[in-house]
Amino acid sequence: MLIRRPPGTLPSEITPRSAYLRRREFCKQAAALGLIAPLLAPSGAGAQSLTAPKLPGKSSPFSTKEKHSSYGDITSYNNFYEFGTDKQEPAIYAPKMRTRPWSIAVEGEVKRKGPIDLEELLKLAPMEERIYRLRCVEAWSMVVPWIGYPLAELVRRVEPSSRAKYVAFTTHLDPATMIGLRQPVLNWPYVEGLRLDEAMHPLTLLAFGLYGEVLPNQNGAPVRIIVPWKYGFKSAKSIVKLTFMETEPRTAWNVAAPHEYGFYSNVNPGVDHPRWSQSSERRIGEDGFFTPKRKTLVFNGYAEQVASLYAGMDLKKLF
Amino acid sequence: MRPRATGSAGAGESAPARRARQPRGAQLTAIKSVLFLACLTPFAHLVWGVASDALGANPVEAVTRSLGWWTLFLLCATLSVSPLRRLTGAHWLVRLRRMLGLFAFFYAALHFITFIWLEHWFDIAEMAKDIVKRPFITVGFTAFVLLIPLAATSTDAMQRRLGRSWSRLHRLVYVIGVLGVVHFWWLVKRDVTDPAMFAAAMTLLLGLRLLWTVRDRSSASRAASAGRIV
Repeated sequence: MLIRRPPGTLPSEITPRSAYLRRREFCKQAAALGLIAPLLAPSGAGAQSLTAPKLPGKSSPFSTKEKHSSYGDITSYNNFYEFGTDKQEPAIYAPKMRTRPWSIAVEGEVKRKGPIDLEELLKLAPMEERIYRLRCVEAWSMVVPWIGYPLAELVRRVEPSSRAKYVAFTTHLDPATMIGLRQPVLNWPYVEGLRLDEAMHPLTLLAFGLYGEVLPNQNGAPVRIIVPWKYGFKSAKSIVKLTFMETEPRTAWNVAAPHEYGFYSNVNPGVDHPRWSQSSERRIGEDGFFTPKRKTLVFNGYAEQVASLYAGMDLKKLF
Repeated sequence: MRPRATGSAGAGESAPARRARQPRGAQLTAIKSVLFLACLTPFAHLVWGVASDALGANPVEAVTRSLGWWTLFLLCATLSVSPLRRLTGAHWLVRLRRMLGLFAFFYAALHFITFIWLEHWFDIAEMAKDIVKRPFITVGFTAFVLLIPLAATSTDAMQRRLGRSWSRLHRLVYVIGVLGVVHFWWLVKRDVTDPAMFAAAMTLLLGLRLLWTVRDRSSASRAASAGRIV
């Protein structure tokens, strides 16, 4: 009772009418400041944007105690190919994407089909802060304080049928702002997926925030998936659809290069990418010119929690 | 870094090209000095970027990629000298070629150092494994190794000493150029725009040579069979 946040809206959370009327102006300013904030933020410092709306979450025992990557690094070095393949491009182009109104369509092998509005999603379960390691398939890593709640909360609510074995996530498709869609680098829209038991795992997050604030667009606003024991590309950004399926979904990177990116894509130092080693990684903001890269941990250090999901599987074959 | 182009003063040259002004003496020295500084600019920019932490979240990646990119750029620049000379008649351009080639080697060497130092932290065994196991590294490493004899024999004295074999040796730069582009192409994850740009440049530069060689040979043999003095 002491831990639960009081339900409903607190008087302090109600936006004053004058501010509400100036909301578009505020958004424009926020976007403009958001653009330059990563450049202003000294790297290494954990400063927030100071302009994004607050989104607090209670702390979680699942959080790592490692040093957080800086807000500037997390929001300026992004793989979000819809906004270009350069890691600096999403921070430039994504702020123009509209994240309201937003809803997630629920389809497939599920009892409660239909769209769920973002406002409803935000209230579905109490927000938590989960500080997770993020390991990119390109052999770099960060430590990110996400705000969200277990994806399982949403999955339980929509009641998958007994035939549902997988769930696919589809990313938003907005040709007006997503300049990367002009090139067929991947099959658009971006689709990722998990086995249902992976999706239901308590570590798997439906994330809405970062550093106690609403997610910047380049990090997958307004709502994204976080699967900390898999390579970063499995954690789909800016999702608009959940499809519950009986068979393994065709996921973007797996379709693009099946010999390089498996459906599972669990972080595994023992299985190299055909073109580079996965045995070590560079922690952004920490490992640089004067420190060697660090060893990559199996399941990105979450083996204790998730290894049982893959009991009896040959993870060298099902990489 | 390249042999003298065969037949550059021969049949293919047009009349206006022969009239092109050739800078010499102090003028050429000035041009060389400007080029020298221009070639150093990317390096200076990286040094400044590292010192002032201006290279973004992953400065190591930024430095490695930039050094590789400039190596390829300078290889293309080196390979442009002969075709440009032939097309414009500006023979003095060849006086800049050695500097361009040596700067390509300079950036390649720095790029290789990032591999030893930043990628592998001087772990020779890991490095050897990488070179054997990963085709894009095998290819890049080969290209770098092949550049070494070219840089070592770039002096006037070496050129005189080696005579005709100098030209043959320095034709290796064609192979190096191709290997460099393949190295870049194979390492990118998905977006091949940049490697494709270099591939197009390399195809043009090597294609022109092939075309000219074939044409010059056939016109030379035609002239010979017609009994004319060539």
